[in-house]
Amino acid sequence: MTYTWDFHSVWQYRDLFMWGLWISVVYTVGSIVLGILIGFLTCAMRLSGWRILSFIARVYQEIFRCTPLLVQLLWFYYAFPLLIGASIDNRVAALLTLSLYVGAFYAEIFRGGIVSIDKGQREAAAAIGMSSWQAMHRIILPQALKRMLPSFINQSVIQFKNTSLVSVISVADLAYMAAVVNGQTYRPLESYTFMAVLYIALLLPMTQIADWVEKRLRVSD
Amino acid sequence: MTTTSTATAPVIEAIGLRKTFGTHEVLKGLNLGLARGEVVALIGPSGSGKSTFIRCLNRMEHPTGGEIRFRDKPVGESFRDSEAAIGIGTLRRHVGMVFQHFNLFPHKTVLQNVTEGPIVVCKRPRRETEELAKDLLAQVGLSDKHAAFPNHLSGGQKQRVAIARALAMQPDVLLLDEVTSALDPELVGEVLAVIRSLAEAGMTMAIVTHEMAFAAEVASRVLFLDQGVIAEEGSPAEVILNPANPRLQAFVARFKA
Repeated sequence: MTYTWDFHSVWQYRDLFMWGLWISVVYTVGSIVLGILIGFLTCAMRLSGWRILSFIARVYQEIFRCTPLLVQLLWFYYAFPLLIGASIDNRVAALLTLSLYVGAFYAEIFRGGIVSIDKGQREAAAAIGMSSWQAMHRIILPQALKRMLPSFINQSVIQFKNTSLVSVISVADLAYMAAVVNGQTYRPLESYTFMAVLYIALLLPMTQIADWVEKRLRVSD
Repeated sequence: MTTTSTATAPVIEAIGLRKTFGTHEVLKGLNLGLARGEVVALIGPSGSGKSTFIRCLNRMEHPTGGEIRFRDKPVGESFRDSEAAIGIGTLRRHVGMVFQHFNLFPHKTVLQNVTEGPIVVCKRPRRETEELAKDLLAQVGLSDKHAAFPNHLSGGQKQRVAIARALAMQPDVLLLDEVTSALDPELVGEVLAVIRSLAEAGMTMAIVTHEMAFAAEVASRVLFLDQGVIAEEGSPAEVILNPANPRLQAFVARFKA
């Protein structure tokens, strides 16, 4: 096989790639921030002790954890508008879906971290007269956050990769731009390889940080 | 409260206390009043309800029936005080507890473990609290461990920090729930020594323990719990040294062996 690599033609479109990468980062960060809020709320509902709240939270979590993100994106962009009788902007649908998706996983990570703390900690806090709120934010959460950090970082790395799916509803992220460049240059090998390199360049440091955090936390335990 | 009544009225009192887990009645209407400076030891076979009983006294457990009274006022159902009743939060500020498994806060240093309650719950000034905490740590023989984290301490050291943490709240009553049961035998002595000195200093205590010799030595009154009732009650001499009740005889004999 004598394939002649030609990154030059693809390199001409570097601004497009950079813009796409920026959009991917924006959707990742945006959905992580919203996902944290959703996850926090869902986790609070799960642990509230109110059966109905806990049940609603549980139903939401299972729906979003048990359907593929691609299916959710298609549903929110093509099906949901028919249900509410109004069209929905593809960027809004993308951010909403990504946030709800990651929020369901974050909620489970938060909940797992909190319930993993020995109940003796809550009792010791209560025994010196702390309210349940004081016990939560002074004693339980600082320990739980440490424990949930590695899973949280991992889920966020996955989330960055997941944003590539928004290209199917025409959000101009990195994956979408690579397809555009491929259409212009007819150079799929170069276009898609360059895209992959950009993903690696951003995510490799993240996974290294995750490993480092995990190792450090294990030592301090 | 007048001075004459403090001499006789119990600091903390359980009246007809009942506790049911599911269908199993663990406490079948227990009465106990702790006078100021009194040290009461609770002994009995496991499952007799000793731990559940003292955990009801600071409302770690929710009693199914009966009443807890603190300083002659009923303890209510809410965390905060009301006009008619003392809140659970207030009760716990004045009634300290030490646990079998220490339950120190692993993310805080020894000193922070001790100062946490007074600073966060009682809003006392930091510097003053740290002075108090250092005094207490000196009392329990841990002056050199202020900056250490709990996972670097031995079991006996952890339990002594836990005692200092409870004392930092300057409680009226201290509840000790099998505080030496999780310790290696060679570390039991150092914890018992701390409790002994507290008893000598006049601290009001309820002690759940399997250390019969220690209970006999330090307690002013001993309660033998059996199947959710107080089966025997009296001085250490009556209950531990010369028991009349055959079940109690059998129980004590096992520990003397």
